[in-house]
Amino acid sequence: MISTRRTVLQATGAMATLVALGIVTAQQAHAAGRPGFEARTLQDALRAIGGAAATSDQISIVSPDIAENGAVVPVTVISRLPKSTEMFVLVERNPLPLTAAFTIPEGTEAEIQTRLRMGESSNIVAVVRADGRLFSAVKETKVTLGGCGG
Amino acid sequence: MAGPMRIRATEEGGLTTVRVLMAHPMETGLRRGPDGAPIPAQYITNVEATHNGRTVLSGVWGPAVSQNPFMAFKFRGATKGQRVSVRWTDNRGATRTDEAAIT
Repeated sequence: MISTRRTVLQATGAMATLVALGIVTAQQAHAAGRPGFEARTLQDALRAIGGAAATSDQISIVSPDIAENGAVVPVTVISRLPKSTEMFVLVERNPLPLTAAFTIPEGTEAEIQTRLRMGESSNIVAVVRADGRLFSAVKETKVTLGGCGG
Repeated sequence: MAGPMRIRATEEGGLTTVRVLMAHPMETGLRRGPDGAPIPAQYITNVEATHNGRTVLSGVWGPAVSQNPFMAFKFRGATKGQRVSVRWTDNRGATRTDEAAIT
């Protein structure tokens, strides 16, 4: 599996050598061990995370309906699914949709708040791995870039 | 760039809420400078929060987390006076760890 090979290469320092030799680009080296982060489409990112996710109303995305500043969009993802162990946040229309992936250890609430960059109005997609299965929810946030807004 | 993180951790009813504001340019690598040359990517790729040596949150980030990243989360099992530590690492290997007492 490619991601396993890259992980091993990176761990042994061989990836750094490959970058120096120009065989692997710096971006590819950096992407090793970070599945989905180099994907340029939402579908590719979801595939890298683990495939199809069933829509769930137990996942909430709190984000502005309209964000005045696309550089700083507050986003909260909350999962009420039992055994939520990972939470992924994607911005569908960003050049690299996968923005953040959080691992939730036992004892930590499946609720994360952060601030993201959005290049344009887009769906925000939250994917949660709960009890080993993937679930998702979507919320659209419109972005007004510069100007007076509205 | 590597200014201190501002960490606030408050415990109530057994639940500790942690708010972290990190100082980091989070340069995406997609921008160009005034001379037209691309500004190299410089962004936090990994975050880890620990309490008593145990990881209470970890994150892997891409460049689309906003500059001077903000992160908030909640966990159980800590009491006032104990400490929460947060560490970030960026794509260039720079790293920073800060900690705060839970109030």
